[in-house]
Amino acid sequence: MAKDALSTVSITPALPPKNRAANEARFFDQPLGLSSRITIFFAALLLVPAFFFPLYRMTLISNQFPDGLNLNIYAGHLRGGQSAERNDLIEINTLNHYIGMHPLEETEFSEFQWIPLMLGFFILLSLRAAVQDKMSALVDTLVSFGWFGAFAFWHFYERLYTYGHVLDPSAAFKVTPFTPPLFGSRQIANFTVYDYPAAGSYLMAGFVVLLVATIVLSVRRNKAARA
Amino acid sequence: MISRKASTLLRNATQASLLLGTFVLLLLPGCAPKARVQKRGDIAQAALETYVPPGDLDKYYIFYSGGQSGSVFVAGLPSMRPIITIPVFAPYSATGYGYDKESKALLGNYTWGDVHHPALSETNGDYDGRWLFVNDNANNRVARIDLRDFKTKEIFGPIPNVSGNHGSSFVTPNTEYVLAATRFSIPLPKGTYVPREQYATAYHGVVSGLAVDPKTGHLSLGWQVLTPPFDWDVGSTGKLASDGWAFWTSYNAERATGKLEVTSTQRDRDYIAAVNWKAAAQAVKDGKYKIIDGAKVIDPRETQGVIYLVPCPKSPHGVDVTPDGKYFVGSGKLAGITTVFSIAKLKQAIEAKNFTGNEDGIPVVNYDAVKEAEVNVGLGPLHTQFDGKGYAYTSLYIESAIAKWKLGTWQVVDKIPVSYNIGHLAIPGGDTVHPDGQYVLALNKLSHGRHLNVGPAQPEDTQLIDISGDRMKLLYDTFTEPEPHYAQMIRADQLHPIEVYSQAENHDPNAVWDVQHTGITRQGNHVIVHMTAVRSSFEPNKIEVNQGDLVTIYLTNIEQTTNEIHGWALEEYNINIAADPGETKTIEFVADKPGVFAYYCTKFCSALHQEMQGYLLVKPKGGTGAKTASTHGSHAQMASVGSH
Repeated sequence: MAKDALSTVSITPALPPKNRAANEARFFDQPLGLSSRITIFFAALLLVPAFFFPLYRMTLISNQFPDGLNLNIYAGHLRGGQSAERNDLIEINTLNHYIGMHPLEETEFSEFQWIPLMLGFFILLSLRAAVQDKMSALVDTLVSFGWFGAFAFWHFYERLYTYGHVLDPSAAFKVTPFTPPLFGSRQIANFTVYDYPAAGSYLMAGFVVLLVATIVLSVRRNKAARA
Repeated sequence: MISRKASTLLRNATQASLLLGTFVLLLLPGCAPKARVQKRGDIAQAALETYVPPGDLDKYYIFYSGGQSGSVFVAGLPSMRPIITIPVFAPYSATGYGYDKESKALLGNYTWGDVHHPALSETNGDYDGRWLFVNDNANNRVARIDLRDFKTKEIFGPIPNVSGNHGSSFVTPNTEYVLAATRFSIPLPKGTYVPREQYATAYHGVVSGLAVDPKTGHLSLGWQVLTPPFDWDVGSTGKLASDGWAFWTSYNAERATGKLEVTSTQRDRDYIAAVNWKAAAQAVKDGKYKIIDGAKVIDPRETQGVIYLVPCPKSPHGVDVTPDGKYFVGSGKLAGITTVFSIAKLKQAIEAKNFTGNEDGIPVVNYDAVKEAEVNVGLGPLHTQFDGKGYAYTSLYIESAIAKWKLGTWQVVDKIPVSYNIGHLAIPGGDTVHPDGQYVLALNKLSHGRHLNVGPAQPEDTQLIDISGDRMKLLYDTFTEPEPHYAQMIRADQLHPIEVYSQAENHDPNAVWDVQHTGITRQGNHVIVHMTAVRSSFEPNKIEVNQGDLVTIYLTNIEQTTNEIHGWALEEYNINIAADPGETKTIEFVADKPGVFAYYCTKFCSALHQEMQGYLLVKPKGGTGAKTASTHGSHAQMASVGSH
């Protein structure tokens, strides 16, 4: 059983390195194994609900809004908290006009075009790795997803920065330009703004974690098999 | 063996925790913050502090301005129980106000008013319990309520040249003057047309003092000062060290038009007007004025020494004078600070001509020379009151809170959230030389459903806060109809209202006190009725008139006991009046509808209240029953029976 093989590995000294290029080729060419391919399938599956759950949630709390105004950023759209009593997006935009902040409008976010597209792309890319049963395809998926994540994150930060810094100079109420937090809370005028990734982001994180786990497990299994 | 087992376990655990970790992350609800719990104080203690047992009386009267209801609401403090509404600028059928000849004459042709700032009359800077003045922002009037009987006695205005009388009705320390001012500048005199493009130069505001007769309280035009077209907002008067001064805040120092939300908020400072009203009175006495629309208007370009402008950050609302009169405090609602100005420094700066410019002949005093301190109270400071113990309380609209700060150190020592968006606040005597600083009332603009759901038209939320200790404690929420802007509170033992109008003080020449003297007389087509009301009858109980007659009824409630009010309502004639015990009311109408109409008592006065009724019989012009006979046979029959 693999269990025994692996426990043997753990007490056997590593083999001396041979040709570096050969090693790399062997790394990228190695198969993933059935359990890893199934795991990749489940990882890809995690990205499906990421379309439907918010990626980020912003909550603005003040004395007037002890329950908080909520803003949910999805892969494809922007939704304020909504109840029979209140539409938070309209409320946030109404309040923000006093400080001269540009209104948040879904149509102005190009993200809502390319993020869903990219998510679909990564589902296909990861399934390709599972079908091809090849480490290189898996690493491609992971690396490009990492790049996508970093870019999306930077883009989001840049958005927040712009909204908080490009303020209409003729606004009635002057505030010091600000950047809402990416993670955590911050006092902005009379609001405490809480900003945290939401379910969609955690699903994406889960996707990454599963892919990394798959790589680690495949490598260890293959090493054990070679030994 | 041990190491093999251990490593197997480790591996399984790693795999499991990786998967588990993923799902734990998924379950995290985005680290949603907990809503801040409102500081509610000790509930039991708050209940004890506000509970007034049945039969016991409250310690203070609250007089709320009723905003666009045109009325004043009276409640008790600390129970916050509403007691009555005093109708002022609007008819109020509950008390028959606006239906009898006298109150109709008071109202003139207006059916509403916008009551903002009630002011109790003062003697030596303290409330004297004689009158309550209230302003009308909409129709530019000031009314006087007599606190002897809680009735509106006088409505003065529309005041010449005053447009949007918001900075009103603050009184001087011995009720020499009631303030009035222009919020919406216009070309003067009223009735003049000038295109709005010429706003900055051809539109004007005025600030004014209405003189109060010290004996009768009667109002008349004292003085007016012509100003640039700033929007005069809220006022107050100096006392002790600052006696002789009146202050008004303004917004729109920009002299802008259009979307003022933007155009009037570009400068970092607007102005507080400091008016030496003794100098204004003297200037008028000396003939240094011009007459505009009958008012004596002082032009600062021609007469110096009456008005000065003190810069104040930013779009200030309240300007409030400390109990010792040494400081006036301007709260810039778009600034994060409240600015304290020294009256001594103002006088020095004026003496030294330490001016930084002028606006249409009015000197602008050097801000830094007059400023005593800038207090970091928080966002949206609006209005300040004092507790007489060395502390000031500033309402913060944007922050929805009250900041308590110390005079002298100018440091905020406490803050309490309020629900929601506080406008003015009020402490009993908080604008006098001797505040009674046990409570502060937060007059909040929005209630956001803190009450039983009554649909989209929601009431205002007023909160009672205990300020007797170091920390402010929220005691009570109460709700009123729209819309109290400010309130005055006075100790209950300072008022001594009557409960019955004694026969001796009823000087109405048409009052009748004996059924023997009641009766109906006719002068041409004018029918005059002298009527009594007493449990449980009206005398006379039948009035016969001809269609088209002018009918005047002098109704005297001859009761001489408390609470025996009698109403007099006439069906389908839209008439409903009420006469208090010992009161005579005049009802006047043209009997233009033929037929038989009941009049009845609207106030449940006795066991035989229902029986307290009578008939007005109006004989049709075209002959008895002519109108009904032509349409319905059965009606004609009834009419002919009635005519026998």
